[in-house]
Amino acid sequence: MTQYIIRRFLVSIPTLFLISVIIFAVLALAPGDPLAQFALNPAIPNSTRVRIREQFGLDKPWYVRYYKWLGSLSQGDWGYSFSSKSPVIDLVYQRIPQTLQVVGLAYLIAILIAIPIGIISAVKQYSPFDQVATFLAFIGSSLPSFFTGLTLMLIFAIRFQWFPIVYSSTLEIVNWDTFMQQVRQMVLPVSVLVVQQTASLTRFMRASMLDNLPLDYVRTARAKGLADWTVVIKHVVVNSIIPVVTLIALGIPGIFAGAIITENLFRVNGLGQLLVTSIQNSDTPVVMALAFIFSILVVIFNLIADVLYGILDPRVKY
Amino acid sequence: MAVSQPVNEAVKQIADTLQKKPRTLWGDAWRRFRKHKMAMFGAITLIFLVMTSIVGPLLWTVHRDALDFVNVMSTPYFSYPAENEAYCAEQAKLKAEMGEDPMANTMVDSMCIYHPLGSDELGRDLLARVLYGGRVSLSVGVSAMLIAVTIGSLVGAISGYMGGMIDEVLSFFTNLFLSLPTLPLLLLTVYLFRDSVTAVLGIEFGMFIIVVSMVGVLAWMQTARIVRSSFISLKQKEFVEAAVCIGVKQSNIMFRHILPNAISPIIVAATLEIGGAIISESTLSFLGIGFPPDTPTWGRLVTDGSQYLQTAPHLSLIPAGLIFLTVLSINFMGDGLRDALDPRSRL
Repeated sequence: MTQYIIRRFLVSIPTLFLISVIIFAVLALAPGDPLAQFALNPAIPNSTRVRIREQFGLDKPWYVRYYKWLGSLSQGDWGYSFSSKSPVIDLVYQRIPQTLQVVGLAYLIAILIAIPIGIISAVKQYSPFDQVATFLAFIGSSLPSFFTGLTLMLIFAIRFQWFPIVYSSTLEIVNWDTFMQQVRQMVLPVSVLVVQQTASLTRFMRASMLDNLPLDYVRTARAKGLADWTVVIKHVVVNSIIPVVTLIALGIPGIFAGAIITENLFRVNGLGQLLVTSIQNSDTPVVMALAFIFSILVVIFNLIADVLYGILDPRVKY
Repeated sequence: MAVSQPVNEAVKQIADTLQKKPRTLWGDAWRRFRKHKMAMFGAITLIFLVMTSIVGPLLWTVHRDALDFVNVMSTPYFSYPAENEAYCAEQAKLKAEMGEDPMANTMVDSMCIYHPLGSDELGRDLLARVLYGGRVSLSVGVSAMLIAVTIGSLVGAISGYMGGMIDEVLSFFTNLFLSLPTLPLLLLTVYLFRDSVTAVLGIEFGMFIIVVSMVGVLAWMQTARIVRSSFISLKQKEFVEAAVCIGVKQSNIMFRHILPNAISPIIVAATLEIGGAIISESTLSFLGIGFPPDTPTWGRLVTDGSQYLQTAPHLSLIPAGLIFLTVLSINFMGDGLRDALDPRSRL
């Protein structure tokens, strides 16, 4: 097991290395000028522009820059943002809490809703409950998040005015009132993500339960005279949740990226919004860092999913 | 003579059964597909959407960029306002008298142009824009799917059939692409390369090419995996062995003999891929990085309309709803095709 983890870990290093080369090359070889905003400013003379390029190392070929970037990254230095002049890592740290709050809470709620629905749906297959749940899950997984977002906004923020339309990032939680305000502004972005995640998780859970229900060990448990729900919860659920757990782990990096739309729609100042504004400002160091962080998340959670599967399912041998 | 009557009947019966059309593989699939109610709903809706976006702009002749400052941000309605009716009838008669003079349109009936789906902040007709946007969004979906499925089938076929080192390298690349952050990278490449590509190919066509190719290039991995696993199991079958024995070329074995047998999962993956590509395109447009503002794709219309969510919700909800309807229909169809194309299912 330990050997397997180490081997998987070692394989993921060249993957990450290649991903960083790809992203860096795309950024460096693209025709767009990272200093375009300076080029538009007539107050900056040409000589200064050349000096700024030298200062950022932009006059060197891309592989030299990549080598330097990798060198400073290995010392924990992610570089400086072109537009705000502050270290990239500080910008990322500022944005992480908002993204984690919204995305994390949404995923948690989605798991808590999806698993029971999936279980009941599978146990009572073809019942009205199952048919409604399967149908809704199907619709939910085809809903683009901007459609859910706009509809919820229109109904609950504009028509009923229960929740604010935009997320206020300057809100500080000092007392009960501001806490409630925070909760209210999180409701809509969280629900958009919940709808999407619940739909796909319900389908996985139901499918996994249906795989396990007709198996022999379930019949044995019933033959022993165990109550129906004991069989389901203590035997079937425990076994069917294993692939779902790995899917949950695999899905985490995806929702970080998927939250980009929701964050932009509700103006949540999270990582996704930082990425979109940095792309629009040609702020190469920030874009590079964020894209690389997203890839690291994917690779790490792939590793976690594989390891979890091995731990949870004793039949898997490495 | 008494015996020959039943014999004649029996002969006739046998002749009848022989004349009946034989059941074919595709015929069976179609029969199973028709029984899948939601899949049929999806197929019919999709055909309707495709047909309207092909034929619609020819029938609904209001131009998508025609300004109409009298009817700015009008809500959807399906007839002239009642108080205008008499006036409009009179205007129509006037217009008929003026003949086909192009100025007649702008002079006469600005009060009487009606917008079945409403109009935007410049009075541009939403129906015309949605119809045109459907053309763009649907063709982006189909073209990106073709790219993704072609790359995926090639990579999957080669790595599944060849095995060994080639398989390991290709599988490594497949996994590498699966670890790439798709949406961020899509945003990035389209944003960075759009100026140089549109400079060469023109704004609309250049944008189309770059969006389609990037969406396709970042979406082939699932198809590659599916094709690879079916090639691995199919290459051990007797018919492949027979083909090898009679000296068929390797490329012909792969694409003439094995590929047709692996086609059903590819069709399913391709169908679902169209939906994914439409969502990717609309996400790009929604984040303001896709098509330019004056090209009304569905995603772009949603973004532009979302600024007026309070006063004119139909501007964003109608195109958003169309994206949803398209993706839903495609997913239903994919689901139905999965059941229909599986020869083991005996529905």
